[in-house]
Amino acid sequence: MSGVETAAADGNQPVSPLEPAPEKSGGALGWVRSYLGGAAGRNIGLFVVLIIIFIIGAVTIGENFLSPANALTIVRFATVTGVVSIGMTFVIILGGIDLSVGSVVGLSSVVATMAFVQAPAQAFWPLIVVVALLVGTLAGVINGLLIAYGNVVAFMTTLAMLIAARGLAEVLSGKRTQILSVRGFNDVIGSSPLGIPMIVWIFALVAVLGWVLLNRTTFGRRTVAIGGNREAARLAGINVKRHTVWVYALAGLTAGIGGIMFISRTTVGTSTHGTLLELDVIAAVVVGGTLLIGGRGSIVGSVLGVLIFSLLINLFTKYNLDPSIQALFKGFIIVGAVLLQQRFGARGSTRSA
Amino acid sequence: MIKVDHKGTLLEVRGLTKAFSGVRALKGVDLSIRAGEVHCVLGQNGAGKSTLIKILSGAYRPDDGDITWQGESVSIDSPTHALGLGIATMYQELDVVDGLTIAENIYLGHENATAGLLNRRDAAKKTSELLARLGHANLNPNREVGTLSPANKQIVSMARALSRDIKLIIMDEPSAVLDSEEVKNLFRVVKQLSDSGIAVIYISHRLAEIREIGDRITVIKDGRTTATGLEVKDTPTPALIKLMTGRDIDNEFPPATPVAKDAADMLVVDDLSVRGEFSPLSFSVKAGEIVGLAGLVGSGRSEILEAIYGARKATTGTVSVNGERVRNGSVADAVRHGIGLSPEERKSQGLILAEPIFKNVTLSTFARFASGPFLRENGERASARQQLEDLELRPADPDRAAGTLSGGNQQKILLARWLVHGVSVLLLDEPTRGVDVGARAEIYSLIRGLAAAGTAIVVVSSEIEEVLGLADRVLVIADGEVLRTVKASEIDESGVLDLVMKGSAA
Repeated sequence: MSGVETAAADGNQPVSPLEPAPEKSGGALGWVRSYLGGAAGRNIGLFVVLIIIFIIGAVTIGENFLSPANALTIVRFATVTGVVSIGMTFVIILGGIDLSVGSVVGLSSVVATMAFVQAPAQAFWPLIVVVALLVGTLAGVINGLLIAYGNVVAFMTTLAMLIAARGLAEVLSGKRTQILSVRGFNDVIGSSPLGIPMIVWIFALVAVLGWVLLNRTTFGRRTVAIGGNREAARLAGINVKRHTVWVYALAGLTAGIGGIMFISRTTVGTSTHGTLLELDVIAAVVVGGTLLIGGRGSIVGSVLGVLIFSLLINLFTKYNLDPSIQALFKGFIIVGAVLLQQRFGARGSTRSA
Repeated sequence: MIKVDHKGTLLEVRGLTKAFSGVRALKGVDLSIRAGEVHCVLGQNGAGKSTLIKILSGAYRPDDGDITWQGESVSIDSPTHALGLGIATMYQELDVVDGLTIAENIYLGHENATAGLLNRRDAAKKTSELLARLGHANLNPNREVGTLSPANKQIVSMARALSRDIKLIIMDEPSAVLDSEEVKNLFRVVKQLSDSGIAVIYISHRLAEIREIGDRITVIKDGRTTATGLEVKDTPTPALIKLMTGRDIDNEFPPATPVAKDAADMLVVDDLSVRGEFSPLSFSVKAGEIVGLAGLVGSGRSEILEAIYGARKATTGTVSVNGERVRNGSVADAVRHGIGLSPEERKSQGLILAEPIFKNVTLSTFARFASGPFLRENGERASARQQLEDLELRPADPDRAAGTLSGGNQQKILLARWLVHGVSVLLLDEPTRGVDVGARAEIYSLIRGLAAAGTAIVVVSSEIEEVLGLADRVLVIADGEVLRTVKASEIDESGVLDLVMKGSAA
């Protein structure tokens, strides 16, 4: 086919480079609109939603909602979902999906507590941390290897891992809850420096590191490039398969961290930790503006998405809503948020694609 | 120019024009089809054949011109309308649904149903009849289409056309996906159709085929009919080639810098092959030399480039750059050794359209700019801006999204990528596809300039004139086989066409 025919057939009207980019609408309003269409704008939108929900809570509930203790409850509730959502953001930007994170959280909590309980009496408590991180990362590496080199679809690979990891956790623990009471562990992970629980600090640290990794490093650039156009990235010499393994390993690592946080919060390791966590995580990441088809996403958006859900759950609890009704509302909110995202997204992408 | 035969004229097309965003794809096409004839439409890539087909099948609306169907002036509004008139089209990319059965495919869109319930047995029976009519009574109507060979999928596509009451069937390069035995069956079917009074518009590059089954010929060149209604038996092949290639405008090719006598072999391809794609071939490219691969679509040109680049695993053979072996099947290793590829499909294989220009330019080098794991975007931006200025891409704004640029400028981004990288071997697949005439000249002189600076270049293009104009040496390729290696100055376009058509006439 000739150039003319191809150019016309794919429907992309080439814009002459000599003319300035067509402005959507003139003046300051146009600038504001195009700004709001970008990543920063989407985050501002999410932030506004967060504030609105907060105001609703403040007005309808008052003191009980506004107390510093409640604020901590909201953030603490967000921590596990939040940490895992950072890893998930990378996976989804890559154009993949990881359904196994919830099970891997449970598995790592079980293996870590068992390793400690069965280790020689005087075992050092960081063993728990190391084992949980290793178990999570290993599960991620297995996912990544199967997806990248085995060419198994990410959805199926991680669905299999979801089932298998939960099963393994049940077998290892005999479905028994491992109670863990280790002074060193509780003293550090359970502490509250500056009045803020350690797990909240961990969430904050993971989020900041994730942001730097995505936006300021070659690792992040590779992730966005592969998600944006896998073939172009490959033909530019990027080792797509190897990078895919690393990204799933990262998601597994954050699931391992999630496992540690669960142990700290509940003082037990059990195969039921993290059940259905993957759904909350994926919902938060997508509501946060990361495209499910890959190539674009935001750590700040994911954090805001997680906080919005956590705030809503808190609000629902204060209203004494039945959990089933809460779930119903959550479904509506996810659909509504994604519909809104698409409106904003379409506006943004006419500018940039 | 038209020999009108009112008796039995089925379709009459006059003065058809069509432009896409200002570029005129058709500038005046005339065509007259008689009932029951096999009418061949000839023309080079880009002559406008595909656009013509799409207008006749209702996919595009013409800007101007008249279409007369069975004596009545019509405007074909949609593919459904075309089918209603009795015009069916078999596209090159077979439009069958792999997950459905043969019968389901054939009655797709006009299912035989009673009160919403599919009448499966009846459809299967009718399908069997159609298949038998096409000489394929052996195919089971309930077989899933995805399990069929390309040749049999084509039969399904044809049966679908026949399942409606049609009078004209358009076949866009139907033999391209077939081997010689299957081509024979295709010809038998075409003959059968025309015997039963159905006209066929047959599009093919292979002159030998046209000799075998065509009744009359229309030649299109640069969007215009140059000859129509030629009787196949009265028209010698050289005359046809002349009609296809004689040009209104010549592209401007910058003068070639002679390759230094003592220049070293930069790229050495030895006994390279990919099973099922191309046979073992060996050639070398000196520093500063441009080697062109000339051949038709599907001849294996792009596959050869991909194998050299490691994007496709070679079955046999080796690739060396500057004396060093490149690891088979590894793009990363090819890039490390200084090979760059500008792929055929810029949008789907070359660029990340939503990302800014500079990130596209540094897609293969951003790690080099980084300090440790940390990106240095300002360095990338500055380097990209420098290249954009050198390549005269205006405005040289590295933060614009790559998708907002024209085809020519997108090509420049890819050149800039490998300039920043500093490659010693550059593989260019269709470097001017989708690039307008003005920008082409610029791209040509950039490519020439790169060669003059010592880069070894391999260029592939479906426009033979382009290969001959750019290259120092040309490998003429057909069906995955190198037919001849020749100096570009010692062969002309009709010489190449003659070789490839004879070579693939099998």
